[in-house]
Parts: sequence; structure tokens; C-alpha cells
Amino acid sequence: MNEKLEPALRLKGIVKTFPGVRALDGVDFEVMPGEVHALLGENGAGKSTLMKVLAGMYQPDEGQIIIAGQPVRMTTPIEAKAQGVVLIHQELSLVPEMSAAENIYLGELPLKSFGRVDWTTLYERSNAILERLNCNFRGEVTVVNLSIANQQMVEIARALTVDARVVVFDEPTASLTDAEKVVLFEIINDLKARGVGIVYISHRMDEIFTLSDRITVLRDGSYRGTLTTADTNEDEVTRLMIGRSLDLSRDTATPTLGETVLEVRNLTCAPLYRDISFSVRAGEVVGFYGLVGAGRTEIAETLFGLRSADSGEILIDGEKVQIGSPPDAIALGISLVPENRKEQGLVLSMNCRDNMTLPQVQNLASGPFVSSSAENEIFDKYREKLEIKTPSWRQTVRVLSGGNQQKIVIGKWLSMQPRVLIVDEPTRGIDVGSKSEIHALLRALAAQGYAVIVISSEMPEVLRVSDRIVAMYNGRIMREFTADLVTEDSLVQAISGIKATEVA
Amino acid sequence: MLLNRLKAGGPAIAKQGILVAFILFMIVFSFMSDRFLTPDNIMSVFRQSAIIGVMALGVTIVVIGGNLDLSVGSMLSFATVLVVDLHDKVGPELAIPIMVLATLCLGAINGFLIGILRLNSLIVTLGMLSAIQGLVLIYSGGQNVDIVDQRGTWFAIFGRGSVLGIAAPIIIFGLLAILFHVIMTTTPFGRKVYAVGGNPTASVFSGIPRSRIVFTTYLISALCVAVAAIILGSRVMGSQNNVGQGYELQVLAAVILGGTSLLGGAGSILKTVLGVLMLAFIQNGLILMGQPYYTQWLVTWVVIIVAVWLDVAAKRGRLFSPIA
Repeated sequence: MNEKLEPALRLKGIVKTFPGVRALDGVDFEVMPGEVHALLGENGAGKSTLMKVLAGMYQPDEGQIIIAGQPVRMTTPIEAKAQGVVLIHQELSLVPEMSAAENIYLGELPLKSFGRVDWTTLYERSNAILERLNCNFRGEVTVVNLSIANQQMVEIARALTVDARVVVFDEPTASLTDAEKVVLFEIINDLKARGVGIVYISHRMDEIFTLSDRITVLRDGSYRGTLTTADTNEDEVTRLMIGRSLDLSRDTATPTLGETVLEVRNLTCAPLYRDISFSVRAGEVVGFYGLVGAGRTEIAETLFGLRSADSGEILIDGEKVQIGSPPDAIALGISLVPENRKEQGLVLSMNCRDNMTLPQVQNLASGPFVSSSAENEIFDKYREKLEIKTPSWRQTVRVLSGGNQQKIVIGKWLSMQPRVLIVDEPTRGIDVGSKSEIHALLRALAAQGYAVIVISSEMPEVLRVSDRIVAMYNGRIMREFTADLVTEDSLVQAISGIKATEVA
Repeated sequence: MLLNRLKAGGPAIAKQGILVAFILFMIVFSFMSDRFLTPDNIMSVFRQSAIIGVMALGVTIVVIGGNLDLSVGSMLSFATVLVVDLHDKVGPELAIPIMVLATLCLGAINGFLIGILRLNSLIVTLGMLSAIQGLVLIYSGGQNVDIVDQRGTWFAIFGRGSVLGIAAPIIIFGLLAILFHVIMTTTPFGRKVYAVGGNPTASVFSGIPRSRIVFTTYLISALCVAVAAIILGSRVMGSQNNVGQGYELQVLAAVILGGTSLLGGAGSILKTVLGVLMLAFIQNGLILMGQPYYTQWLVTWVVIIVAVWLDVAAKRGRLFSPIA
């Protein structure tokens, strides 16, 4: 550990307002050299805004940024990088058609005379960095051919071209496998050992407790305190973050199951999935668990009429149905909350109410006009029911937090009074507080008699919300578990393609 | 300090950019020419802007739906030549419906290729621009057409008539503008156009028939062209076979000036009307100031670039920005 008393980076009383919103309200934050300082907060708490201020993308209205004892003003990300502050984005910002090396030195390619690129030096330097990161690919590779994890490595390599004082990791493990995470943590520890200050933003408590030295919590744009990791626990951090304790226990009440609402028989859409058979009863949550690419989303899309199957049958209330388009599915009472909220779930430029009433706007007409009062009634009802936090229905959904956006999408489909609700990755990119709210909501919906299908890649989520779990691997159903008989081990085996002795 | 002021104050102005610029222009021009703000001149600008204006209403709806329509210029040539030519052959009462149907067919081709086959609208309508011009030349054999008995036909009312002293083209433009404004802001169809333009994927995931909506926007655009052709044919009582050449850019300019986003999902019919009028007043003002006709092309272009710049600046929150 470096014993210098001067923080590598210090933010003092940062205030940033946007029209109508005080995004940051006098936030203090510091990171010492050789320290991993975790930054926590729910979506919308101001983490991203704070980091954008730090990276020179936003100018603070008030407050100071102090780097190595000197107050600085940064107006562009390049200036910030020159000051030794490097941001590793959550969403990759690489040029896919260029080589890894070009991406690493993007904007600062080594040059020869007449402005020609010095390729030899470029590859030498980038390969040196990639080696230091223990990467198994070379700088000459085109980025588009790299796995997501390796692309993340390129992003990290980019941070190491300068003598970084502070490196900010924004949700770095969101798309990494467990093995890749280990490598990332080694890199972070290596940077730490060399006296670099690390800011680590993540929703995952286990990572934060493994990695960090201190934890700072933001809520609603203001500073809620800094804790020493060794002296605290998840409970305390969560309480600071959401202002109350989380109830993480599973709802153990035995559900009262109704009739079978949806039944699928031998549904096949090669090569995405084959021979899929399952059923869902009213009042039941069936979880679909598997790795990305196991075919779960594709089944959901077929049930919603976005994809047609090669063969097999879909039955609603025991009657065979044809679902050729989303309107068909909607008419049959099937709703789909899609995987990708921003791309598939919402029209970001539209306001909250219009997004929510979109699928039924035709039915809300009185004469030729859409009835504003009918729309407001629906919106108010679900805003209250789902506790959606927005100043008014006129707010564009773009500015809402992830959790609230997801609730708008859920509200949109609940207001259609569906019989079958399919929810694909309901809590992706959503903070712990909203996450448990959405889990509770899904359980409550089942209790009201909906047949619910939850697709998720997160085991704790599947275990918490499901009455039954369908495990998929490579387009096939491997096993079906009931909630009381499932174990983590057998679930992991099933989704990795390991045959169990007894197939349910 | 000053730069910060500008950065902070710029976008606030930019949000009402079109209105502010419009008023500024009116003030400047009224000082430069005595005739500019006379009722006669204003009425004549309104009348002249009606053809571009009616077409711009349709194109606004196409653009809000996330596409472009560059074919409206030669479609106007087609429709005008057809209605004028048929006028003397079958009479106006048949010429008008035949022309409207034929023009709607062209719109349907656009709509099919872009809405149903989902081809790129820039390529398709650029191709249609040239294809329809070819079609007009084949139809007319390169000859210009005109109506022989110009005084005896009721067809004259659309371009030359007036009600209570207001010229018919202005009334047609005004009524259509109100109609489409109401459609876009209050009907399910309007809502769906905004949704499809704002996020086509999410619209499909919400059960909206995206293809049908896009198809319909092109039908509306063609219908507007047909109305514009009636006004134009009736006013001129004849037609050159390339009469609409260059109109597509003026129309698009008016739509952009009105602040409709070329990315789709945002825009307004009423603001397009403002854009149309602004464009017309600029062109009229330049002529009154004794500038040669072609100066207006240069000035129009500058105005559009500034309008687009202020528009993106408002979205980015500053006038200059290295990131989107």
C-alpha cells in the first residue's frame, strides 16, 4: 500500500443539475492511490453522472475536482485521460472493424513522418500491454472477432496506455464469465499494487466485498456515507443504498394453482430449439434457466408471434392455436416483456403514458380520437400499483431509471390483462432495490392468477421467483425441477449439458 | 465567461429556434423592403407556398415515421401532367379521380418497397424520383400539355378561385394542415406513426403493424402530392413535364426547418407549416430586395444548415460537442 496521504483523486461538493432534476447534490468522493473504492447506488442515484463529470463529459455546476492535490478543470475525455483519469465504460465503446491495437491507441496512434501510422511500434506497444493483461490474443486481431470478454480486455488495455492515476470500472463484469472475472480481478489487484486508485462501480455485492477497501454510497443524487469494507456487511450497505432493509427470503406460501393455461408440445425451430414441451398453470411461475443462446428467448418470441416454429403445437386453455403475429398473441392473452428494455420494450422518445398504452391505443379511441382520460386512467392505475417514480405522465421514458423503465414495460403488458405473462430477463441492469421489488411483483402477479414465465440467466433470481424451473441447454430442455426439489448443483449440471440420470 | 453564457443560453433559444429565426427574418426583411409586410405581399406568399406546403404535410408524416420521401418532386410532375392532359380528354370530373388513383399507386409502390419489403427509403425514393420522371416523359412524349378552354372549366377554382377574398390554395393548405395535425396528435394512427418512427423494433414488440403504418404514410404522402397537383394544374392550366423538379428538396427543407427529426419519431405538422412559410418568406424577401432568383437557393441552404445545427445543439445541450 502506498502511504502517501494525498488522495489520487478528490471530488468536493459536486453539484450537477439538469432541467428539472438535481442529478448530483453536493457529492464528496475520494480515492487514495492503491485503493479500490467501490461506488454504489441504485439506478438513477447519480453514479453515471458523477463518472461523466469525472471524465470531462459533463461540467459540474459547483464543486471541485482535485487530482494529486491540484484543482483541475476537464472539458473532454481526452483531457481527463491526460490527467491520468481513465473511464472503462459499461457499454463497450470500441470500433468493431478495427484491430485491437488500433482501438487501444485510438486517437493517439504512434506516427511516422508525414503523418503515416507507425504500425510496428503500434503492434509492439499494444502487444506488450495485452501480455501484461494475460490476454490470449494479439493486437492484430480485428475487434469484431473477439469475444465480449476479450473486447472488455481491449477496453481495459486502452486505459493502460497512459500512466493512469485513477481507473474507473463501470459494471465491468456485466458480460463476463466466472473465469474471465478472475482474470479481471487479478488485473485490478495488479493496478492496485502499482499505486493506481481504482473506482469500482457494480451492483454485485459479492464482487464489491471481495475487491474493495472502502464503499461510498449515493442515493437520489446525494452522498450517503463511506464505509470501510472490512467493518461492514451487505445488510448495512443495502440499507444505506435503498433506505430500508431488503427482504430476500423466498415467498414460501404454497400457490393455489388453477387450470393449465398454456401448453407447448414438441415445438421445434431448428437450429434454435428442438422438441420443446412444457405447460404453465394459472397462478404459477415457471422459470426458464440456461446460458445465453440456449434458445429461451427464441421460444418466448415464438409464443409472441415474432418467429414461426417448424413444427409442434401451442395450446391455450387446451385449444390448439396459431400465433402468426404479435397482435395474434395479444388477442390470445399472451404478453411479452422483452429482454432488451431500451431496444425492444420502449419508445424512448415517447412519454411514460403513451408507452404504457401503446399496444391498446387502437382500443382506447372514442370516435376517431384517442381518449386522453382513458389513457390517464390506465397510467395512474399502474403507476400506483407498480410504484413507478416519475414526476408526471408527460416525462419521456428516456430519463427514467432502469427500474422505473422496466416497470413501465411491465405496466404496459399488465394493462392488457394478459393470461400468460412472459418476462425475459426482468432485472437485467437493474439495482438491487428495484430488483427485489420486481421479484415480489412477479410473485404477486402469479398469486393473482396470471400464468407467468420468467426467463433469466441469474440463478438466484430463478430460484427466488419460480415454482418450477425448466433448465435448457443448447436448444433443448434438459430437466424440469419443482421449487422444493431443486438444488444449485443439479441446476448447473442441467444447463451445462450434463445428463442427469432421471429426466423429469 | 461569455462562452459559457453562450453555451448555456444557446440551447434555450435553440428549442424555439424556428420561431425566433422566423421572427428575426420578418423584422429584418420588413426594414429592407417597404412592400414586404403589406397584406398583398403576405397573401401572395401564402398562396405561393401552398403547393410546397401541401406536399410538406405528407412528407412530414413519412419522416416522423422514420423514413424519407424524395420522390414527391417527380410525382408532382406526373400528377400535374396527368390531370391536365386528361382534363381535355375525359373532363375534369373523371380526370381528377383517375389522377388521384394513379398517384396513390405510385405511393403504394413506395410503401410496398419500404414498408413491406423494408428496403432503405433513401434508395427507393431516389430511384422513384428518376423512374417517375421517366414515366412522365414516356406518357407525354416529351410534349408539354395544357388545357385549351381555360375560362370555361370549373377546374379553375382550385388554383384561381377564392372564398371571402382568401385564395383557394391557401384554404386547401390550411384545412389539410389542420386535418393532419389532428390526425397526428389525437388519433391512434398518429400515435402509431410516432411509435414506429421512434423505435420500430419496440413498436413491433407492442403489436403495432409496422409495415402497414409505413405503407400508409407513403399513401398519405402521395395523396398530398395529388392535391398539390390539382392546385398547380388549376393555377397554370398547363404543365411542363418536369414541373416538379427540385420540389423534393424544398419540401424536405421546409420539413427540416420545422424541426422534424430525420431520425424519426419526433416532429409536428404545425411546425412544418411554420417551416414552409419561413422558406417562402425568405425567398420572397430576397426577390423583393432585388436579388436574382437563384440567390434563394444559396440562402435557403444556409438557413437549413443553421436550423439543423440549432436542432442538434438543443438535443446535445451545447452548441459544440465532441460526443453525440
